[in-house]
Amino acid sequence: MYAFDIEQPKTIAEAVAALASDEAQALGGGQTLIPTLKQRLASPETLISLTGISEMQGVCLSDRGELCVGGATTHAEVARMAAKSFPGLSGLAGHIGDPAVRNRGTVGGSLANNDPSACYPAAALGTGATIKTDRREISADDYFQGMFATDLQEGEIITEVRFPIPEVSNYQKFLQPASRFALVGVFVAKYPDGVRVAVTGASEDGVFRWTEAERALSASFEPASLEGLSIPADGMIGDIHGTPEYRAHLIGVMTRRAVAAAS
Amino acid sequence: MAEVTMTVNGKSVSGTIEGRTLLADFLRTDLRLTGTHIGCDTSQCGACLVHVNGMAVKSCTMFAAEADGAEVVTIEGMANADGSLGVIQQAFQDHHGLQCGFCTPGMVMSAAALLKENPKPTEAEVREYLEGNICRCTGYHNIVKAILAASGQDVVLAAE
Ligand SMILES: Cc1cc2nc3c(=O)[nH]c(=O)nc-3n(C[C@H](O)[C@H](O)[C@H](O)COP(=O)(O)OP(=O)(O)OC[C@H]3O[C@@H](n4cnc5c(N)ncnc54)[C@H](O)[C@@H]3O)c2cc1C
Ligand code: FES
Ligand code: FES
Repeated sequence: MYAFDIEQPKTIAEAVAALASDEAQALGGGQTLIPTLKQRLASPETLISLTGISEMQGVCLSDRGELCVGGATTHAEVARMAAKSFPGLSGLAGHIGDPAVRNRGTVGGSLANNDPSACYPAAALGTGATIKTDRREISADDYFQGMFATDLQEGEIITEVRFPIPEVSNYQKFLQPASRFALVGVFVAKYPDGVRVAVTGASEDGVFRWTEAERALSASFEPASLEGLSIPADGMIGDIHGTPEYRAHLIGVMTRRAVAAAS
Repeated sequence: MAEVTMTVNGKSVSGTIEGRTLLADFLRTDLRLTGTHIGCDTSQCGACLVHVNGMAVKSCTMFAAEADGAEVVTIEGMANADGSLGVIQQAFQDHHGLQCGFCTPGMVMSAAALLKENPKPTEAEVREYLEGNICRCTGYHNIVKAILAASGQDVVLAAE
């Protein structure tokens, strides 16, 4: 790693002020950023740690039926706190990486990084979440802009994520056992006004909504509704772990499983 | 350079560190607590696992500065006060839960975190909890047996 300083602000305002400098970068749980620094793929002069900011911690319910998760809340905390109110999200958070990764990694870091195989982007897009930053609110449909690309500006931090709580939901992850990320992951959420289906791990454009499946499931929420639907392999990721065709096939399988398991 | 102070295995310690100093390096190099191992240095293997404020973390993927003011427990803190092996350590010895021993500190710390959260885990729960701890020698069965034994349960494995 190149040398840098670490600052540990206590409020969002202090963090935002510190991040105004060109060479400063936010540090969440460090589970992605520290490996990146070790490879010297990033060279900030200062890291601004967000994990000591109490206004960015914790989980609560809004009066609009949303689960509000502070941007620096760990995966382990979400798994624990959402178990009753939003089992689909709790299950997703509780199967990210391994216990030690979940004790450090945060929702804000995951969404800011937008790894094409990460789990949280599927939950944010699959619920139509609102991503609240220090300066604005961004709807999930506008937020994700392709692999590792988001609508966030320089120095902008995710302070809270509001997930509308569905009637039922589920996340199915086909594990890539070496990295423990998703080879393909599908988040399905049923709301009174329709169903949303978000797919991670598969596309070269990052997380996306499978709208054809959404229409079929909105008409009738059962695995049989997906019969005959498929996704073309064009534009899917191909690597040593799976071909584009394999990933396209897995999307159908994971979606059916998610609908069958939704609770 | 900055000053940090933390409690490690019950003792207050301080040191002068750089921003980039990893908790694992602070423990191993500054405090000479070399029981915490660095295997992969990429957050995959769990050999460096310690407890920070009661939670399992990979000390190769956390900065020492972030542990300022924290309670840290390492493998050196797992023995009984008289120096004899703690319950989990003894179970690893009894059930041959180690061969080369390189992964063992992380395995024991992971097991301790699991048993605190879930005092009577099933075999499947033990295996799932150890997902971030890699062992190149044992094939895991004896590690799982040791942890089940440490929890006071039978050690018959479904997977055998
Ligand atoms: C072994 C292992 C297995 C993993 N498995 C999975 C998995 O199965 N699924 C999965 O989804 N992820 C997985 N991850 C990634 C993990 O979830 C990370 O925690 C996460 O991607 C990054 O979050 P972080 O808080 O650690 O962010 P950091 O690593 O601290 O930061 C990542 C990036 O986000 C920026 N950032 C951090 N917080 C914020 C914020 N609040 N606002 C704006 N920008 C911010 C940083 O500047 C940096 O660019 C795994 C990681 C490891 C090491
Ligand atoms: S050395 Fe930390 S996880 Fe391998
Ligand atoms: S005993 Fe050798 S790596 Fe586990």
